[in-house]
Amino acid sequence: MGILEKHGIIERNATLLLVLSFLVVSIGGLVQIVPLFYLQNTIEDVDGMRPYTPLELAGRDIYIREGCYVCHSQMIRPMRDEVERYGFYSLAAESKYDHPFQWGSKRTGPDLARVGGRYSDKWQVDHLTDPQSVVPESIMPPYAFLLDKPLNPEHISDVVATHRIVRVPYTDEMLDMAESDVLTQLDPDSDDYDGFLARYPDANIRNFDGQAQATEMDALVAYLQVLGTMVDFSTFEPDASR
Amino acid sequence: MAKKPEKKEPPTTGHEWDGIREYDNPMPRWWLWTFYATIVWGIGYMILYPAWPMINGATTGLLGYSSRAEVAEQIAAVNERNAPLETRIEELALADIISDDLVGGTNGFAYNSGKATFFTFCAQCHGAGGAGSVGYPNLLDNNWLWGGSIDEIYATINQGIRDENNPNTHFSEMPVFSELLAKDEIKNVVQYVQSLSFDTFDVEMAAAGETVFLDNCAACHQDDATGDTFGGAPNLADAIWLYGGDTESLTETVKNSRFGMMPAWEGRLTEAQVRSVAVFVHAQGGGQ
Repeated sequence: MGILEKHGIIERNATLLLVLSFLVVSIGGLVQIVPLFYLQNTIEDVDGMRPYTPLELAGRDIYIREGCYVCHSQMIRPMRDEVERYGFYSLAAESKYDHPFQWGSKRTGPDLARVGGRYSDKWQVDHLTDPQSVVPESIMPPYAFLLDKPLNPEHISDVVATHRIVRVPYTDEMLDMAESDVLTQLDPDSDDYDGFLARYPDANIRNFDGQAQATEMDALVAYLQVLGTMVDFSTFEPDASR
Repeated sequence: MAKKPEKKEPPTTGHEWDGIREYDNPMPRWWLWTFYATIVWGIGYMILYPAWPMINGATTGLLGYSSRAEVAEQIAAVNERNAPLETRIEELALADIISDDLVGGTNGFAYNSGKATFFTFCAQCHGAGGAGSVGYPNLLDNNWLWGGSIDEIYATINQGIRDENNPNTHFSEMPVFSELLAKDEIKNVVQYVQSLSFDTFDVEMAAAGETVFLDNCAACHQDDATGDTFGGAPNLADAIWLYGGDTESLTETVKNSRFGMMPAWEGRLTEAQVRSVAVFVHAQGGGQ
């Protein structure tokens, strides 16, 4: 049996065991992680992706703060039942500006990867305020307090700047305007309407929660209404070799 | 205790703690062979399926498997099977679908695919049973905001209501009457509207409210307040309320107006799906 009998030497020698274990783990890591950094085809190019607007970004932070990801995933798997229910399967590129991504692995509630535009703002507000009022069988807890929490855009520039560090392509202009863009997105009559749309093409501009004041509900609904809507799947051709 | 027959002592690992020694038995043979089998399986899997990352991409595997191709095939297979039925649904006039031999009837394809689509996309607002809730119309009664013929239901599903992304969407806008009427006038008109449906109301205020109604509301809601499905003005005389018929809810409606919004499903659902949903909704009891 020769070499197979020699494992006793490794087991009796702690330093050798450590070095060899490290070697084995490194190979696993190298094979699985390193190619993601150099392989160009791990993320395909997809038209339509833009960074989140500051308001959507604020909504995303609320989504994470409230732990929505504990019950809702944001990843439609390439399986027929999921595609029929939720829409086109999620592409890697669709979460390229998500730091961290919200894919998730547990669905107590439905997947939200393409919830944008599927329901009206009013429904989203009613549902977040009292989920059972529209879906009696739901077990989701209410988030009515979001309607009363004023949205504080004070730190949004910092959030945008932080995303820039991880290479989300926010321009200097986007960074400078971040704080005012939060309010611009809530007001279709604002002076900067066209400028805002130039910075964030096809963004939804409206008062999301129906209240005069900017609240956290506005931000969360703005975020939900953009999910999965950036890529136009009527023109998208999937590369079948993936 | 009966004494067991003497067995040959297996070798030990050589460790000893307080006189306790550790046997160095080999792994059970079944376990060992299962372990070797998984290694062989793993090698076969690496050859057949996409596995190793190389310089320009991962190895594709001899079977040429891809999860995207698989889902595309599955969807294509189902579409192919349904194609004759869906073509039939698209070819027929909407009113003829339910009586059709191929796809009609409540056990038929149109009704049931419409039902499945309704549960996936419509039930969140209109309720799993179609009964709606405050602010979300009931689809079971014969009261319709935008018309209850199957063609009108089809149009509403396709175009949505107040969906700014659809150029043909149904659109109506009730004025914010707190800017147009005095407080008293609003109170009176609320009493008048209640008088059309309820037994208890303030007779004097309702009488005064009738004038306010005829001057301000009748243009859309009609003189007899039965509404107008062409312009999306609700019937106010049938005791069916979308936002509530109590004084407080009605006052809020008159003062600040209310706008429900329904997304347009054109483009999001296929033509056959929209038609099927129209068939299903129309068959729920209220279809005209």
